[in-house]
Amino acid sequence: MKDYWKILYNGIVPGNPVFVLLLGMCATLGTTSSAYNGMMMGIATAAVLVCSNVAISLIKNLVPDKVRIPAFIVVIASFVTVLQLAVNAWLPALNASLGIFIPLIVVNCILLGRAEAFASKNGVIPSLLDGLGTGLGFTFALILLGGTREILGTGKIFGATIFPEDYGMLLFVLAPGAFIALGYLIAIVNKIRKTV
Amino acid sequence: MLTYISIIITAIFINNIVFSQFLGICPFLGVSKKISSALGMGAAVTFVITLATTVAWLLQTYVLNPLGLQFLQTIVFILVIAFLVQLLEIVMKKTVPALYQALGVFLPLITTNCAVLGVAILVIQKEFNLMESITYGVSTSLGFTLALWIFAGIREQLSLTAIPRAMKGVPIALICAGILAMAFMGFSGIKI
Repeated sequence: MKDYWKILYNGIVPGNPVFVLLLGMCATLGTTSSAYNGMMMGIATAAVLVCSNVAISLIKNLVPDKVRIPAFIVVIASFVTVLQLAVNAWLPALNASLGIFIPLIVVNCILLGRAEAFASKNGVIPSLLDGLGTGLGFTFALILLGGTREILGTGKIFGATIFPEDYGMLLFVLAPGAFIALGYLIAIVNKIRKTV
Repeated sequence: MLTYISIIITAIFINNIVFSQFLGICPFLGVSKKISSALGMGAAVTFVITLATTVAWLLQTYVLNPLGLQFLQTIVFILVIAFLVQLLEIVMKKTVPALYQALGVFLPLITTNCAVLGVAILVIQKEFNLMESITYGVSTSLGFTLALWIFAGIREQLSLTAIPRAMKGVPIALICAGILAMAFMGFSGIKI
């Protein structure tokens, strides 16, 4: 039981995909113009990650070693297609705001990374927890970055006003702000990790 | 003719793939420590993007659309890209082993470079014809190479300066990229 907690926790804090492993940068920068968009992207990625981790740990003994990477990519691409159709059907507004980044979950390094490093070597339950932990870690990072950009840029968080929009720095909602905000957030995380 | 010029200028400067569309960030941060390997990476990505866009466009128009299999788009495209990257790897290992060594793990990782799949999907979404798609593919990858080249030049200088320890490496690189992106925002005023 304790081991399971450890697997779950590992993805969220010590092995956070964005702040520590620096994976999945495109989606991180591209979808965090607000905390809500970041959260939805994180949940979408987490859903695919849990499904693909479980599926890959189930088929790991059936796939020959030489073709495992293409096989993993096809598994991930299938789940992304399912997600794409589901979002298209039920959440058309989200589909419009995340745009091309939903099909691009396929090429998010986190998914293939976890498949290769964890799911292809472990059982179903640990793989499920690993996917859940890493997915939560990714969602948490995206909410943090999206929230930072939304507050600095528009004075709002999840749409609730903190200070008037006129005092916001528009730059943080635009492209350059994404790079700058993420740079400082990683620097802060580095600082905390060094001192703890 | 004017459409092509507008596609080229837009893809290289106004909507630069790295600075305004956030695609291809992993190689942008990973292979930008030296100008020579940055240019090699740019050339490799240009090759893959151009071929992948062409093949993906043909498959979409002549196979997926007539059969009504549009939902297979993502799976088909990623397989095409994986195949092309494998091909490139074999060719480069034989012809330019030095560059093959320098690019290291980032060469097979072109498969998971979101710029490649991104451009293939974007040309379908924008409903370009074949020539426009190829133009868009080539000029987007030129924009990628340009971004990588400028950034590698900055990072070569940056490695010599004294900065706080927590900012070293990726954080300072991201902040520099932000300032570069601000410079590229200046192009967004251009109306074509």
